[in-house]
Amino acid sequence: MTAAAAAAAAGPLLQVENLSKHFGGARALDRAELSVRAGEVHGLLGHNGSGKSTLIKVLAGFHDPDPGARILLRGREVPLPMPAGTARELGISFVHQHLGLIPTLTVLENLLLGDLATDRRWRIRWQAEAAAARELFERFGLALDPRATVADISPVERALLAIVRAFRDMKPDGGLLILDEPTPFLPRRDVQRLFALVRRVVEGGASVIFVSHDIDEVREITDRATVLRDGRVAGSFTTREVGKDRIVEMIVGHPVARQQQRPSFRTDRRAARVQGLRGAAVQDVSFEVAEGEILGLAGLIGSGYDQVPSLMYGAVRPEAGSLALAGGRTLDLTRATPAQAIAAGCVLVPADRQNKAVIGTLSVAENLGMPAYRRVTSPWAVSAARLSANAARLAEAFDVRPRATDLPIASLSGGNQQKAVVAKWLQLQPRLILLDEPTQGVDVGAREQIFAHLREAAGRGAAVVVASSDFEQLESLCDRVLVFAHGRIASELEGGRITKHSIAEHCFGADTDKEIPS
Amino acid sequence: MTDRAGGSARASGGAAHGRLAQELERFGLVIVWLATIAFFGALRPDSFLSWSTFSTIFGSQAVLVVATLGLIIPLTSGDFDLSIASVLTLSSMMIAVMNVNLGIDLWICIVAVLAMALATGLVNGFFTLYFRIHSLIVTLGIGTFLHGITLWISDSMTISGIAGGLVAAVIGTRLFGIPLAFYYALALCAATWYVFARTAAGRRLLFVGRGREVARLSGVPVDGVRRGALVASSLFGAVAGIMYAGTTGAADPSSGMTFLLPAFAAAFLGATCIDPGRFNPWGSMLAVYFLITGITGLSVLGISTFVQDLFYGGALVVAVTLSQIVRGREERL
Repeated sequence: MTAAAAAAAAGPLLQVENLSKHFGGARALDRAELSVRAGEVHGLLGHNGSGKSTLIKVLAGFHDPDPGARILLRGREVPLPMPAGTARELGISFVHQHLGLIPTLTVLENLLLGDLATDRRWRIRWQAEAAAARELFERFGLALDPRATVADISPVERALLAIVRAFRDMKPDGGLLILDEPTPFLPRRDVQRLFALVRRVVEGGASVIFVSHDIDEVREITDRATVLRDGRVAGSFTTREVGKDRIVEMIVGHPVARQQQRPSFRTDRRAARVQGLRGAAVQDVSFEVAEGEILGLAGLIGSGYDQVPSLMYGAVRPEAGSLALAGGRTLDLTRATPAQAIAAGCVLVPADRQNKAVIGTLSVAENLGMPAYRRVTSPWAVSAARLSANAARLAEAFDVRPRATDLPIASLSGGNQQKAVVAKWLQLQPRLILLDEPTQGVDVGAREQIFAHLREAAGRGAAVVVASSDFEQLESLCDRVLVFAHGRIASELEGGRITKHSIAEHCFGADTDKEIPS
Repeated sequence: MTDRAGGSARASGGAAHGRLAQELERFGLVIVWLATIAFFGALRPDSFLSWSTFSTIFGSQAVLVVATLGLIIPLTSGDFDLSIASVLTLSSMMIAVMNVNLGIDLWICIVAVLAMALATGLVNGFFTLYFRIHSLIVTLGIGTFLHGITLWISDSMTISGIAGGLVAAVIGTRLFGIPLAFYYALALCAATWYVFARTAAGRRLLFVGRGREVARLSGVPVDGVRRGALVASSLFGAVAGIMYAGTTGAADPSSGMTFLLPAFAAAFLGATCIDPGRFNPWGSMLAVYFLITGITGLSVLGISTFVQDLFYGGALVVAVTLSQIVRGREERL
């Protein structure tokens, strides 16, 4: 601690100045600044697209900043752009959400991964390494068996192992540990264990940057914090001096009353009812959606909102839950298959386009025809001409460019692929349309076209359920938004109360008992 | 013959030379085959360019064609069937043992063989799908197990004297100078092509092979399709085995096993032509006859039998490389 105190007197450990970053025409960071003192835990807050992850990636040397930026570590200027491996040499260590552990290897092997990858030693002295590992774990109060397989230890132990490993890889004279959203998948009790470890790491002489969505966690563990919004610093403060409401305000900005006319096709007829849905991160969720209604699902990472569409479709089997559709049909979701869902008039546009929605090596026509053989042609005498004509008609209606439907779909841009995916499902004229992040990696033009088609489907009486982390998109699309927290529906917004700010406020504020006025 | 919706407009811009290059690729193997025939024909016109050489080739390699057709079914749906040659060998041995040693009627033998193949396909499917073990491992194990049964029931001996009816139906009777076996293979090839190109089931096979998760979310019963493909390949293996017993009127416990590698070589080589980038029946059949022409030519030149292994082994690696290039380019396009 004396070393840390001395360093604090000498100035901040990390000083980032005038950091801007453009991706094409889009600005991710705009003259951002960050100052981390030696021996402190510094929070970095902001919602999706605020520039948090870009800033972290610049520190990792993954992105080169725009000219004019300065990064000083222990008062010494870091060369920019950073050559590969600089971060490690400077004593900056990262633990990402995905931890970077190999589940089939042992705890010890994972701990030594960095050494084994770079060392040229002939012989590994496993006995000595195991003893050193035990000593290290003991120092941090971890009861981990170095010989255990990582797949067999609990999720929180995996996170702790990753943090200890990052600490071990740092320089002994006090490095910088960056924890990038380490908590969303951990239960509350385990978060406490993780925080205890973070405190020990700081006692060991390191400084920590704690990146998070969760205001409560940031207030609990950090000494100071910086909030980013739209690539700029919205505030930097000593954590215990600032109240939660003020932090929420910094994250979402001042609410702007922006009332725009949204066409609504919502009717009083119920299209579907989900009951007692439980599974994955979803705890116990029931809701209804009306014919012609566009219903949004929102929440923080790990709150479970994004799993609801897959669970409703039978793509992922829940532990419990049923889906009652108009016309009296009820699906037991613990047993339902996508084929049954489709037969019942329900379709899903998944978030992971490359792996779940399109087969890149097959043509646009083949992808479009996939669920529609029975409609378009006879299953016993498939007519390529009819499939082709159907694909051409859909490409025209949904403006899939280029119009050459015999091209492999992977050769299309992300926006056009997504238009094709939406076309593939909407041609079935479904009664219930489920979408998960429908505009991920989709340009603005294609986004508007997709929205127009969803509204058109709603106008015909279909119910639309869309899970999205893009609150602006929910604002412009939805009749109603359900905000999730810890696997449950925490609040419900309707009509004029749906603004991107109010959604964000409810996402961030949902953890506390206190209601934040919108 | 292409089953691609939209036909041939995939060359960018549809430029004339682009289309020509495409057609050259589709029929490249035909050209190479004709060149091979011309090459050996020029060197040994008397012995190579004779009708008897060709009718022998067409007749005797029908077994390999059927085995290859069987193999491309699970290959299309993303699974390997390494047990197909063992099913083939066991099928021919079951015919010999039941018909010659036990005196059972040929038709009953054939029904028993098909039942055995059905069971093998279901067992392969069960372990692959229920326990999620890679089909490569399952079929390797099951194949070795079946070969053990072949050795056991035959006492590791060759059994000859199978009822003449089978021999007559397979190789003894000729149409336009070519044994009937060839026409059986041709008919199966046409049937397989129809299923691949013109039925929803064939399309599902392709969807499952190319994007299992996408297919599942599109309502395709993925496990059912994969099980069906493994059963189909076993049944094709059995048909090939019955024909194999008919070509010689006898069965030996080991020679059938050597069909495995040529079948793979032909399947991958076939995927570089006719419908490039996809396993396809006509391409497979063409590839079988191209490979055997090369081998026959080399042996007519007097090169010893080791050339078979050189040729098939080399062809497999070259074919896989070529199909990788075709597919890689398709993805980049």
